[in-house]
Amino acid sequence: MALRLKKQSVLPGFGLAMGWTLFYLCLIVLIPLSTIFMKSASLGWGGFWRVISSPRALASFRLSLGASLIAVAINGFFGLVVAWVLVRYRFPGRRLLDGLVDLPFALPTAVAGIVLTTLYSQNGWIGSQLAKIGIKVSYTPLGIVVALTFIGLPFVVRTIQPVLQVMDVGVEEAAASLGAGPWQTFRRVILPELLPAWVTGITLAFARSLGEYGSVVFIAGNMPMRTEITPLLIMIKLDQFDYAGASAIALAFLIVSFSLLLFVNLMQRRQDVAQALR
Amino acid sequence: MPPEEVTTEIVSAPAPGPIREAVAARRDPPAVRWALIAACFGFLGLFLLLPLATVFVNALGRGVEVYLRALTDPEALSAIRLTLLTAGIAVPLNLVFGIAAAWSIARFDFAGKRVLITLIDVPFSVSPVISGMVFVLLFGAQGLFGRWLIDHGIRIVFAVPGLILATTFVTFPYIARELIPTLQALGSEEEEAALTLGASGWRTFFRVTLPNIKWSLLYGVILCNARAMGEFGAVSVVSGHIRGLTNTMPLYIEILYNDYQFSAAFAVASLLTILALVTLIAKGIVEWKSEAEVPEIYKVSAEEQP
Repeated sequence: MALRLKKQSVLPGFGLAMGWTLFYLCLIVLIPLSTIFMKSASLGWGGFWRVISSPRALASFRLSLGASLIAVAINGFFGLVVAWVLVRYRFPGRRLLDGLVDLPFALPTAVAGIVLTTLYSQNGWIGSQLAKIGIKVSYTPLGIVVALTFIGLPFVVRTIQPVLQVMDVGVEEAAASLGAGPWQTFRRVILPELLPAWVTGITLAFARSLGEYGSVVFIAGNMPMRTEITPLLIMIKLDQFDYAGASAIALAFLIVSFSLLLFVNLMQRRQDVAQALR
Repeated sequence: MPPEEVTTEIVSAPAPGPIREAVAARRDPPAVRWALIAACFGFLGLFLLLPLATVFVNALGRGVEVYLRALTDPEALSAIRLTLLTAGIAVPLNLVFGIAAAWSIARFDFAGKRVLITLIDVPFSVSPVISGMVFVLLFGAQGLFGRWLIDHGIRIVFAVPGLILATTFVTFPYIARELIPTLQALGSEEEEAALTLGASGWRTFFRVTLPNIKWSLLYGVILCNARAMGEFGAVSVVSGHIRGLTNTMPLYIEILYNDYQFSAAFAVASLLTILALVTLIAKGIVEWKSEAEVPEIYKVSAEEQP
């Protein structure tokens, strides 16, 4: 049976490596995660639905989804610009910018949280300028968008960059020699090629933004119904020892995240197939 | 990395490196080019450079003495110790797992491989709050093992073991994700040769495999460590905020900030920021090293680039 599941190989260590991998995966990830299903199941369908459709939960879903969508739209546009500039142009400071793009990955979210709150508060460097024209960022939904934009920044840049790097310039030259203008070349030749990576990057950034907690709680103000994101609501329910309610909301959230993960996997498989065919 | 791939790439490329780049740059009108570069600087300046400057300006704003006093405060020192301890356990655990997972996935063909890869990625797509929550559901007072743990006087949640578990969960995929593609790209010819020459499995691993993957292994460890030391949401759920006892550095930053001790909060934050910058520099070095170490015969296409 084992032979049929696994192709034969001269290399040793499959049993040990695979055994440890599965054991550790179950112990650290799968068994802990399964408790969410068990705890939500204790509520029954009716109870589950009551928690999910409570006004406070719905308000948090709307806020988390809405703020993530706006942040991802900003990153979708500027991520493309940044990737384009970093790959195609040579200018002083390029390497520094390129290296710094990963900062939001490496910087702890609590640090990002207090930094952005300070910058955008009414006496911060940016906040004070915006206050003059009547825009308040810290402690409003706008603040959440700022934090999520920061968090999602590297995803789009880093997924588009490698595709732009290996793109065949000959095709662009051919388009130009056939009379296409730069904009037309971009839209008809370059964009279709970038699209899968772009969508993947945007989806990854969206999934990350949805679950983000650390950078948002500082800047959001955390007012129930107004600036309370879903992860914070889960946290509050846990603090009140409402474990079943917290699990129900977490389960609804996990279903969304896993669907996004599945979508990204399918996109990548399509991309792999397309590359193999070429 | 079989040599065939390199040859096809050279054949299909219309013009070698420098010319391709010059052509690409020339095709965008200068006005567009400068507008895009300005937009890039503006966006990254606003979202990356300004926040970085904010950390250090606020940390050092009241002078070096205040800065050092904030860092040598007993509570700060205990937070630093706890952070080091947590990462010191979580990272090695995930390192062993990363090697085992990469070895089985990159070296063998078996049913369900794609599912396994997806499952390894799961902690990436779970909100940090949910990552912490699962351990409260398991080991909290009302949790699955809650009663049993209380009867036996064992504390996991709201104590150090919970912090370690949550951190291990959150940083679970990092090293495996770095190693799998590297090991796959290397191919197993060298290992098979070592085995046919009579080396044992472990000897082959330590003398052939490990030297080949050392740079991506190092980078995976650095990345995993940065995330382990900086994790906030998950540890926040399991810590229960017991002052001085279960505060890691990010949790301590939150307490200081909420107490309006801004310079102290930024002083501790500056340490984590330096860690982040070191991580980024290490990434650059590792990328450069692993490129430099590509064997001579594979370098054909690389030499033609500037």
